[in-house]
Amino acid sequence: MSESKNGLRHLVGSGRMDTRPWPPFSDEAVAFLADVSAKLMADPSVRSNPDVVSFAYWCRKGHLARLKEAMAAENAHRLGRGLAFHVAPSNVPVNFAFSFAFGLLAGNANIVRVPSKPYPQVTLICSAVSAVLEDHPRMEGRVTFVSYPADNAVTSDFSRMADARILWGGDETVASLRALPCKPRCVDVVFPNRYSISVLDAQAVGACDAAALQKLAERFYNDTYLMDQNACSSARLVLWLQEADRAVTGRFWQALRECASRAYGLQGAVAVDKYVQLCEDAIEGRACEKMTFDPLLSVVRLSCLPEDLGSLHGKGGYFYECAIDSFEDVVDMLDERCQTVTCFGVDAEKLRGTVLSHGARGVDRVVGVGSAMDIDIVWDGYDLVGTLSRTVDAR
Amino acid sequence: MFDYTELLEQDPFGLPHDEKAALHAGWLASLTAHHREACLSYDRLCAVLGDTPALPVRLFKEYDLKSIPDDEVAKTMTSSGTTGQRVSKIYLDRETSARQTRVLAKTVSAFTGKGRMPMLVIDSKAVLKNRNMFSARGAGILGFSLLGRDVTYALDENMDLDLEAIYAFMERHQGDQAMLFGFTFMIWQHFCRALKDKGMALDLHGTMIHGGGWKKLADQNISNEEFKQAVRETCGIERVCNYYGMVEQTGSIFMECECGHLHASVFNDVAMVDPFTFDEVSRGRGLIKCTSLVPTSYPGHVLLTEDEGEVLGEDDCPCGRKGKYFAVYGRLQGAEIRGCSDTYERK
Repeated sequence: MSESKNGLRHLVGSGRMDTRPWPPFSDEAVAFLADVSAKLMADPSVRSNPDVVSFAYWCRKGHLARLKEAMAAENAHRLGRGLAFHVAPSNVPVNFAFSFAFGLLAGNANIVRVPSKPYPQVTLICSAVSAVLEDHPRMEGRVTFVSYPADNAVTSDFSRMADARILWGGDETVASLRALPCKPRCVDVVFPNRYSISVLDAQAVGACDAAALQKLAERFYNDTYLMDQNACSSARLVLWLQEADRAVTGRFWQALRECASRAYGLQGAVAVDKYVQLCEDAIEGRACEKMTFDPLLSVVRLSCLPEDLGSLHGKGGYFYECAIDSFEDVVDMLDERCQTVTCFGVDAEKLRGTVLSHGARGVDRVVGVGSAMDIDIVWDGYDLVGTLSRTVDAR
Repeated sequence: MFDYTELLEQDPFGLPHDEKAALHAGWLASLTAHHREACLSYDRLCAVLGDTPALPVRLFKEYDLKSIPDDEVAKTMTSSGTTGQRVSKIYLDRETSARQTRVLAKTVSAFTGKGRMPMLVIDSKAVLKNRNMFSARGAGILGFSLLGRDVTYALDENMDLDLEAIYAFMERHQGDQAMLFGFTFMIWQHFCRALKDKGMALDLHGTMIHGGGWKKLADQNISNEEFKQAVRETCGIERVCNYYGMVEQTGSIFMECECGHLHASVFNDVAMVDPFTFDEVSRGRGLIKCTSLVPTSYPGHVLLTEDEGEVLGEDDCPCGRKGKYFAVYGRLQGAEIRGCSDTYERK
């Protein structure tokens, strides 16, 4: 590891890149990631970091082999673009690793700016990747992980070299990074602010016995509280289908509250933010029903949906709920900022069908409650391997 | 509608718990009814959270909260937010503004005595320039100035010591008890440190009253004791009295007594709220909830601050004053939030 005068540190790799395009899912790249997976799985200190485990699990040998086979036909005439430059989100510890894996599998050399906060997850992954690199000399020029203070000068240098930029962040960050000069053919894959919702069938929830309800609540918890409800795919708004009786939906929230009281590390400042949010909702007229503020779980019942669903903010266990007659009634309100719809008691394929048939502006994925965080090659509406590679046509 | 004349005749620190509780219950109910009637935002808040909710001070940044028609706004006070941040706006009519001054005088004179003392303000007169938009600093200076006579500013427009003015002040009031007033950090930085750097020590007598928060001094690891010692060494003042107050409840401040405790008066009160349950706690740390009977022009009679504090006791402070006494520990620690946005912080 070296540090230069602008605070640039190389955590993995030297920065001397071999940017020759490789085909997607090359044997070397797959074997390399599989070895990283094995290395992480064998490290006992990894086990206490479920997010690192899920990364290791995702890039295990068998899974990559299945992905390779499933996409063999479409990848047969593709090549990577060259150099992929990734700016990872600084408050999510392991997304940088997924971002890197997608860039590598697409056939690119990768420079990755890892989160600036000192996450143990970053250290674990960096040391595994470094160790595995020693057995894969051909990968030397394909992998560089860097860390530097937020500084557009360093980012500019990488930007100019890149054939693809993978930019995670809020709207402002994405806009400022995109404005940096790059090659004319450079492809940008951007992950700006998104919001997500949940569609739950009240009848199905009502039919749950205590164990099933607890399971559902735990899954919902993992989708939301696990990332302080601040991940793009964490639902802020719950839409209830077939709600005949508020007691049923109340049971769901109660089960979620129990889950949160067992597992969530509520911070005082987050509780205050939620209280302020509730006051604002009351003043704005969004919250009308009398309620007692509960710092652990706040649920604001909306009598009708606001025009701009993206304006509903919630963090650390602050939800809006509304009863609807059908998903069809709301799908047109889901604008391009809407990312994930999680669902329970209603078929994901059916909801997707509605999105497709309505030509909705938003909704990039529909998954069951509990899978909101499962990042994969298709994410935010992109096929990342496809976007980060190019097709060589012949006819 | 509200009998402030009678309230202002009360001994600020004379009411024991039961009597004060009864008095405040009545006042708060009427104040809430008044503000619900006169301020739609406040009425909506009560409709959801129940009567007399603790209003987060942050809301004064987001909304124009007032319980008077626009043409009755006599002045607007603003918080001293750093550049780029939104500032709080507090709307005052003539009555609330006058009441603030009287309550401040009643509270402070319970510590310093009734007579007006010659006053040395440890700040620059330049702070007062814009009279229509009062900053918290300007409002504090103006409010306290009314309690003194021969108000003299110890710093020039560059916040450097105005030694000529200071010496002339000392000359005029040789041997008198003076009142020194200023903001904690300004006193530390531009008065004590500046005097020390010059190797000077002034020969003043009387009381220093200072407020505005410890954050900047806490960052430098300066304790209340060190502050007092520095004041003693650089200007000879033995009696140094901190106060806790906020622009959102100007006038009804909490003064530090001889025992080093901050005191609630008959005009105000404190309670601690556990941030994890939002229950009021009688013991231990919590968010400071402040009550003030002063404001009628804006719904600021019960506020939730983002400061942490602890109630140390009630009615039994060795200084003899009745009411709750407490300590302030500073701002609640900010949150570390996970999630995908706000990632690439720029300088």
